[in-house]
Amino acid sequence: MIMLRTTILTVVVLATSAAAQEPPPVEVDIVGGGVKSAITIAVPAMPSANGADQGLGRQIAEVIVSDLRSTGLFTPIGPGGIGGYTYPQASNPDYAQWRAAGAADLVSGYVETRGDGRLTLACYVHDVTAGRPLANQGFSAAPGDWRRTAHKCADLVYSRLSGEGAYLDTRVVYVAETGPKTRRMKRIAIMDSDGSNHRYLTEGKATVTMPRFSPRGDRLVYTGTLAHKPRVFVIDIASGRERLLVPGGAITFAPRFSPDGRRIVFSMARGGNTDIFVVDADGGSPRQLTSAPGADTSPSYSPDGSRIVFESDRSGTQQLYVMDAGGGGQRRISFGGGRYASPMWSPRGNLIAFTRIAGSFNIGVMDPSGGGVRILSDGWQDEGPSWAPNGQFVMFHRTAKNSGATALYAVNINGGAPRRMPTPQDGSDPSWSPLQN
Amino acid sequence: MRKTVTLGMAAIALTVAGCARKQAAPEVVPPVEQAPPGEAVAPGDVELVELPAAQADLVAKAGSDTVYFGTDKYDLDQATQATLAAQARWLIANPNVRASIEGHCDERGTREYNMALGERRANAARDFLASQGVPATRLLVTSWGKERPVAPGSNEEAWAQNRRAVTVLVR
Repeated sequence: MIMLRTTILTVVVLATSAAAQEPPPVEVDIVGGGVKSAITIAVPAMPSANGADQGLGRQIAEVIVSDLRSTGLFTPIGPGGIGGYTYPQASNPDYAQWRAAGAADLVSGYVETRGDGRLTLACYVHDVTAGRPLANQGFSAAPGDWRRTAHKCADLVYSRLSGEGAYLDTRVVYVAETGPKTRRMKRIAIMDSDGSNHRYLTEGKATVTMPRFSPRGDRLVYTGTLAHKPRVFVIDIASGRERLLVPGGAITFAPRFSPDGRRIVFSMARGGNTDIFVVDADGGSPRQLTSAPGADTSPSYSPDGSRIVFESDRSGTQQLYVMDAGGGGQRRISFGGGRYASPMWSPRGNLIAFTRIAGSFNIGVMDPSGGGVRILSDGWQDEGPSWAPNGQFVMFHRTAKNSGATALYAVNINGGAPRRMPTPQDGSDPSWSPLQN
Repeated sequence: MRKTVTLGMAAIALTVAGCARKQAAPEVVPPVEQAPPGEAVAPGDVELVELPAAQADLVAKAGSDTVYFGTDKYDLDQATQATLAAQARWLIANPNVRASIEGHCDERGTREYNMALGERRANAARDFLASQGVPATRLLVTSWGKERPVAPGSNEEAWAQNRRAVTVLVR
């Protein structure tokens, strides 16, 4: 095989302290989410115990602050500018101290090194106003993975106080873009969802687009290039080993895994017609699911694997359709103004995110029958939505007019302005990983 | 200039002749890189080698290696057909090269759709070349979607230049 035996070229770790200098977030009004305005939450530096690095408790608090701010639901205070507490107070705080600091809630805890060398973070969530504990959980990890214990703690806080599922301990795969618009270099890159632990999975020799995670987050499918043709590749993230999904020269693109990870659905173009096919993730002969004349593409499974949403221009313009996973029962679901493209079914099953083309390109959601359309973004060209595993946030990419500059954004489906994701260069085609174990 | 083109064509002829000595079929393309041991490489999974000198000769004699399309369109107007007919004459006169017909789109389409649209454009151009007598076995079809614009602007003029199919000579 011709393409890259992938090697890691660069690791970029964004400074965690940068988060502390960001401007305060705009308050968001969450409709039906139970949270009416940003909650002020104290996140003091955590004490260290039993040999853990004394500075680590502060770094962990900084990551938790950054995570909580990124949700748009919290105004975190700390770890700078507010007091600390002692190891015994982690589980038994002085509520009056945090009330005086203006906090409605408190994240406390401690860090310690276990006998086997692993790190443990004990994480506590407190209702300061009522003066009572709300939740606690311990997380252990290899010392090098300390940031993940912070993400897990932030997830505990977020899910306990918002009532939504966890989503902060996740990764993002996307296409990192450099160079001028007419000679763009594109590389598949992977990072934690807060931008840290950034690395590249491809070398930039070939044009790459549309990377998507497997349901376990251990593999990717993406559209690369071989013999000048778009071709779907499957890549193992840990080893970098990859292979062609369908050998033999056919133009293939827009791949996605089935929810059980056993199949991959994708588009194949030949003879001026593009149809949707499915193939075992381990190889074999593709099976054709659509055959109507037109461009049938962007397939995405429902979370139970029983149905597939896709786009087709068989009616004359790009619109969204739903079919059974075997290809039967194809019916159009989008009937609003404009064209609809690149759908992705929510992991909760209750919504489909899409790109709407009506003058500008914008991200929206609708229910699977096509009703309840809501537009969530307002860029000149926003496209390619990908769901967070909790079904509450959608990430997409925004292209700037003329310059062609691209950037990743995430938006809460219940409202609020999209937030730019931290990437070292331009970025497009994001795919949000499942929640990590 | 003329000399460069002639040399380029000679190089192609030599390469093809080299192939022919080793293997009976001159159209078998040697792999650019070796496949891992034990893995067979299917036809179509081998990189193409572009031929800059031959490409320059095609442009000089056929007038252009590129044809253009309307917004979200893939039909061939009369000017497009005239250009493709001239390309077909060149291809018939130069039977030792293959052509990868490569469809492109402007930036005002979604990524996936543009991959499909680029293939439609390339396929339309390929069908016309074949109708002019170029053997279909020498014509490959591909799409770059919106990945390879030639004009960087975000305006009608730039978009019109980017909606195109390019005949890329390869072996």
